[in-house]
Amino acid sequence: MTAEHTSASFDTDAVIDRITRFVAEQTSTTPDTDQDLFATGLANSMFAMQLVVFLEQTYAVTVAGPDLQLSNFRTVKSMAALVGRLQAQPAAGSDV
Amino acid sequence: MDEPLIAIVGAGVMGTGISTLVVGNGLPVVLVDIEQGALDRATTAINLGLRHAQLTGARPPGTTPGTLRTTLQLSDIADAAVVIEAVTEAPDRKAEVLAAVSALVGPATPIISNTSGIPIDEMAAWVKDPGALIGTHFMNPAYLIPMVEVIRGPRTTDRTVQQVLSTLTRIGRRPVVVRDAPGFVTSRLLHPMINDAARIVGEGTATVEDVDTLMQGCLGHPTGPLRTADLIGIDNLVDALEELHARTGDERCRPSELLLEKVRRGELGRKSGRGFYRYYSEAQS
Repeated sequence: MTAEHTSASFDTDAVIDRITRFVAEQTSTTPDTDQDLFATGLANSMFAMQLVVFLEQTYAVTVAGPDLQLSNFRTVKSMAALVGRLQAQPAAGSDV
Repeated sequence: MDEPLIAIVGAGVMGTGISTLVVGNGLPVVLVDIEQGALDRATTAINLGLRHAQLTGARPPGTTPGTLRTTLQLSDIADAAVVIEAVTEAPDRKAEVLAAVSALVGPATPIISNTSGIPIDEMAAWVKDPGALIGTHFMNPAYLIPMVEVIRGPRTTDRTVQQVLSTLTRIGRRPVVVRDAPGFVTSRLLHPMINDAARIVGEGTATVEDVDTLMQGCLGHPTGPLRTADLIGIDNLVDALEELHARTGDERCRPSELLLEKVRRGELGRKSGRGFYRYYSEAQS
């Protein structure tokens, strides 16, 4: 599922661009949008949480419950899709 | 109460991470500090840490976190089944806190001092019952790293060892028990290595990134020594190196100029947003 299916106003390209820049700033390497950041060593378990905090603060979303799993953060594309889906949802509780 | 209460004294980086680990495995925690601000920061960090542990699969799925109580009253530890002291790595502070803890808890209640290198038998002089004192050296973040170095002092009883091993197993850790010595095993090896890595950068042999990349790519270190320094906290690392230097006389343990300069500038690592690297964190929001 892509973000466009859930939110007409959601600009996937802009989000992909913003996340790519963040990863590049933090790792000194510009990732491909499909690149598995963890498998290729660009990200580790510490950086994973920085990605969560970055997305939450930049896009005013809360990543909680079953969404809080590494598979959502593996690639720039998967992160953008998560943001799109969360922004399309009414705000949920922020419990873990 | 079914589950044993774990008391944690000191709400710094280690006390916070250990609290996250314990509540994340479903046991109740009472966390004590002398500063309300430290307790407030710890509460936020523990909630973030629980999410981090879930994200990386480091916490048993479906476990309801144990209750966390924070307090300024050390006397609130009186009912604890195990006490973990995690105050600053300064012998004076540890002496004061361990003496106070040992006066409050029930007889033979295990008292764990979390330390990266102060010999347990030195600390045993400060407690009522030296047999109940044992050391741990949790790595940071304690809730992500599954292994814990456990230090048995010469006077630590079998009962204390067994109780502490069983508590660590209950919270999903794999303990390895070693004998008492300055820096034990992990700090004795790691701290001088990080110190040398900083010297190498200070001497201009290689950049921070290249030192870490070589240690990762050629020697299999998971993150590189300077990223590890940022994770430990450079101020804590300098304290630990000074303790090691004082006890071993090893010149490799004398804190290097670059580490001291980082501390003077307040570039303490991850916790301050900048050390050898810069970090994006909730602290910048």
